Amino acid sequence: MNPALAFDLTLCALVLGVAGWTVASRDAFGSIISFIVYGLLLAIVWVRLGAPDVALAEAAIGAGLTGVLLLGALARMAPDPGPRRPVGSLQILAAAGCAAVGLGLAWSVIQLMSETRGLQAAVAQNLPAAGVENPVTAVLLNFRGFDTLLESLVLLAALLGVWALAPEEAWGGRPGLAQHVRPGGVLATFGRMLPGVGVVIGVYVVWTGSNAPGGAFQAAAILAAVWLLAIIAGGVETPRVRSTALRIALVGGTAVFLGVGAAALAMGGAFLSYPPQAAKLLILGVEAALTISIAATLALLVAGPPVRP
Amino acid sequence: MTEAPALFGLLGSALVALGLYGLAAAPTLIRRIVGFNVAGSGLFVILGALGARDAAAGPDPVPQALIITGVVVALSATALALAFAVRLAAMGQRADTLETLPEDDR
Repeated sequence: MNPALAFDLTLCALVLGVAGWTVASRDAFGSIISFIVYGLLLAIVWVRLGAPDVALAEAAIGAGLTGVLLLGALARMAPDPGPRRPVGSLQILAAAGCAAVGLGLAWSVIQLMSETRGLQAAVAQNLPAAGVENPVTAVLLNFRGFDTLLESLVLLAALLGVWALAPEEAWGGRPGLAQHVRPGGVLATFGRMLPGVGVVIGVYVVWTGSNAPGGAFQAAAILAAVWLLAIIAGGVETPRVRSTALRIALVGGTAVFLGVGAAALAMGGAFLSYPPQAAKLLILGVEAALTISIAATLALLVAGPPVRP
Repeated sequence: MTEAPALFGLLGSALVALGLYGLAAAPTLIRRIVGFNVAGSGLFVILGALGARDAAAGPDPVPQALIITGVVVALSATALALAFAVRLAAMGQRADTLETLPEDDR
């Protein structure tokens, strides 16, 4: 057995084991921690599947931000209800149903493996006119830019839903409780040091996404993370959600994207079609605006609904 | 890039099955949301494995872009679901049931 296959087998076994522990663990906290580990192992799976951009997104958003969301929610909920009910016939029925779904999917995947036609050739053919060299960025922001536009709208819709759950007295106020941090301690110090480093790394990731693995969403997750760190370390306060500046920052990315698309339409092309000579500039501009908006949206999604006026 | 994408396709199917079981049979609401996330990422692994089928032509960037979109949308859905769960808990719903409380108990 060659080493690559042995590595893949070990990786798959690890991921399955950790996922199994996530589902079967006794308490919710252990389940969430093992979910974060699962997300990080999945990032290695993405590298093995030739998808470094997805690996970055999975590690930052799938494992990191989702894990923080889950831990935050767990802290605000009632403690676990105690020892489990014994496994009854309903659970066995559910397990059988899920196993059937898994087997059906596995059978379909095996059938589909023999069909190897993909879109690599079509993307490679149109890549020179796309303005960027990273094919994933070209697909996300040029060839399938409409999907990305709608995705930014989905993020805003989710944020509206979260804000709508604010209690009456805190409507339009600040998410999260006031943080009291020991001055000079580890959290306060890192909360001052890391955000600067994080901003540089975030800007680099979106800039280099044009011709290397990276991109707007990964950079936005990094920027959201350092903003949240600054908030948790007591450096800045969460903004009031009724603040106009915040709302402009949130919709700015989608607005710029829509504006560029409409301008392309007005100049005789299709909606969201970039002229090849200006494509790189337009894509970078849209990415910059999108990164800021998505970073703000992700951070506020994690911060939750407003709880104080 | 791996030479055995079928292996990862099978991994994805197993993850979907595990996640669905977690979604169906977990004792509390928050663990159902975790199960939903495991199932979702399993689906993404299937999609990614299908994108890595052709070793000669290299990885297919279109499924990868779709997966990145999917990861972000799954996060938004999870954030909204958890906000609902926290609000329900604040209103007095017990963690291990999905029954709604009668009006006068809220």
